[in-house]
Amino acid sequence: MNNVTRERVTAQFGDKILATTEHFGELAFVVDKSTIVTLARFLRDDVALKYVHLSDITATDWPEREKRFEVIYHLYSYDLTEYVRFKVNVADKELVPTLTGEWDTANWLEREVFDMFGISFDGHPDLRRILLWDEFEGHPLRKDYPLTYETPQFTYNKDLPPEVIK
Amino acid sequence: MQPETMTVNMGPQHPATHGVLRVVLELDGEVVMKCTPEVGYLHTGIEKTAEAKLYYKVIPMTDRMDYLAPMSNNLGYCLAVEKLLGVEAPPKAQWARVLLTEITRLNSHLVWLGTHALDIGAMSMLLYVFREREDLLTIYEAVSGQRMMSTYFRIGGLTEDLPNDFEPMVRKVLKTFPVRFQEYENILTNNRIWRNRTIGVGVISKEEAIKSGITGPMLRAAGVKHDLRKARPYSSYEKFDFDIPTQEASDCFARYQVRLEEMRQSLRIIQQAMDGMPEGRYLARVPGVVRPTKEEALYQMEAMIYHFKLVTEGFRPPKGEVYVTIESPKGELGYYIVSDGGTMPYRMRVRPPSFVNISALSKLVVGRLLADVIACIGSVDIVLGEVDR
Repeated sequence: MNNVTRERVTAQFGDKILATTEHFGELAFVVDKSTIVTLARFLRDDVALKYVHLSDITATDWPEREKRFEVIYHLYSYDLTEYVRFKVNVADKELVPTLTGEWDTANWLEREVFDMFGISFDGHPDLRRILLWDEFEGHPLRKDYPLTYETPQFTYNKDLPPEVIK
Repeated sequence: MQPETMTVNMGPQHPATHGVLRVVLELDGEVVMKCTPEVGYLHTGIEKTAEAKLYYKVIPMTDRMDYLAPMSNNLGYCLAVEKLLGVEAPPKAQWARVLLTEITRLNSHLVWLGTHALDIGAMSMLLYVFREREDLLTIYEAVSGQRMMSTYFRIGGLTEDLPNDFEPMVRKVLKTFPVRFQEYENILTNNRIWRNRTIGVGVISKEEAIKSGITGPMLRAAGVKHDLRKARPYSSYEKFDFDIPTQEASDCFARYQVRLEEMRQSLRIIQQAMDGMPEGRYLARVPGVVRPTKEEALYQMEAMIYHFKLVTEGFRPPKGEVYVTIESPKGELGYYIVSDGGTMPYRMRVRPPSFVNISALSKLVVGRLLADVIACIGSVDIVLGEVDR
């Protein structure tokens, strides 16, 4: 099953696919961020594939890499009953094109990625924090965010500069 | 002239929002013009915490997400880690897992039915379903010692063997529940108030539902015959015979019918699992990865050493990433686990079904009355612990 997807995507995109992996029977492509919208559309609309369900958008943080974030998309096809994954590597403060035009699900999922990792999506209609409150500082799922740290929500030490209170 | 609209905050402290969901509604009279769900009041950072825990210590945290379906959450996580390790649970554990996740499905759907009916005004339903839920929680208690946060599944099998009084309890459920489901139908299905409150309310088309990423009973009520248990069988589901109920109407009543039928199908699966429960081990025998059973650890030196090493140090799965999804009572529950070869997950992402389903709420309610918002939230079947994680 995975072979159909692999062949069709390779035939269509050629060297725009930077890498193809298949671990644990799960097919994954690595692409440049300029390709993700066209790739997603192709996977969704191609008659033989029909990956119509956007299952998940998430990210991973690898601080030691040059481009530290990896944004990961999972699509599902009701016809093939298969998942496909594609990833894009981005640096800090780099914009990723949004998929909100293709799927409505992308709206909240991208907001969560923004909330947790601080990755901004270009063209997202409503890019706000979703799980954390608006005044929250930092992005907790980054690896450099400490596990036990909590932002003080209120302080009586008004004379001290904020970094001392922390 | 612009019509004057009014903004109303529904929640976070509102009994009909099933937890701490806040919905900001823009109303023109009683008609909803705009609806914005706000979530996050129950955020506990489970994904972050999991990055600092040994693999097996994550299992209790998964219970706390969808607290009405703890066993389904356990199963998804265990299957993901097992895929990473290349371990397969023995047949008895797989059968027991199927049986208990179906009991979980009954449990979750029962609470959904009770609270949904309570929201719409049929108060007695809540009392009836909690009577039935007691039987299910007794089974939970017998197998795991806990009534809610069971943490019964382990990587590679189960915590311990099924107790001796397990079968009579399950047989009792199998005997009494069909009668009880008929009672629910007698109360609700032809009830004029129930029909008026649910038929034609919260309609979402099939195309919109797919575009919004809706999964589970809501998708099946929109006419898509899809169930991950059939499409991508896990834990030996391919050996069980059951149907996927679907409806075309895609309104609150259709969702009610789908879930009620799903409960009947769950009983069928439980029956088959109980009748064909294989004998044998309840934990896979993979030294260094899967914990030895209690008896082995007490009587064999090697097993004792492995036990000690696993508890203190954990195990190291190979580098890689897996995405495993299961059909939880709410929809498609996915676990994406990245391993960097260490003893703790480098990243654990949970794809929560409720989170995605509730994001489509505004499509269900815009243009309808305020009272229908209550019916729609109920019919989506959310658990805020899972939405916010």
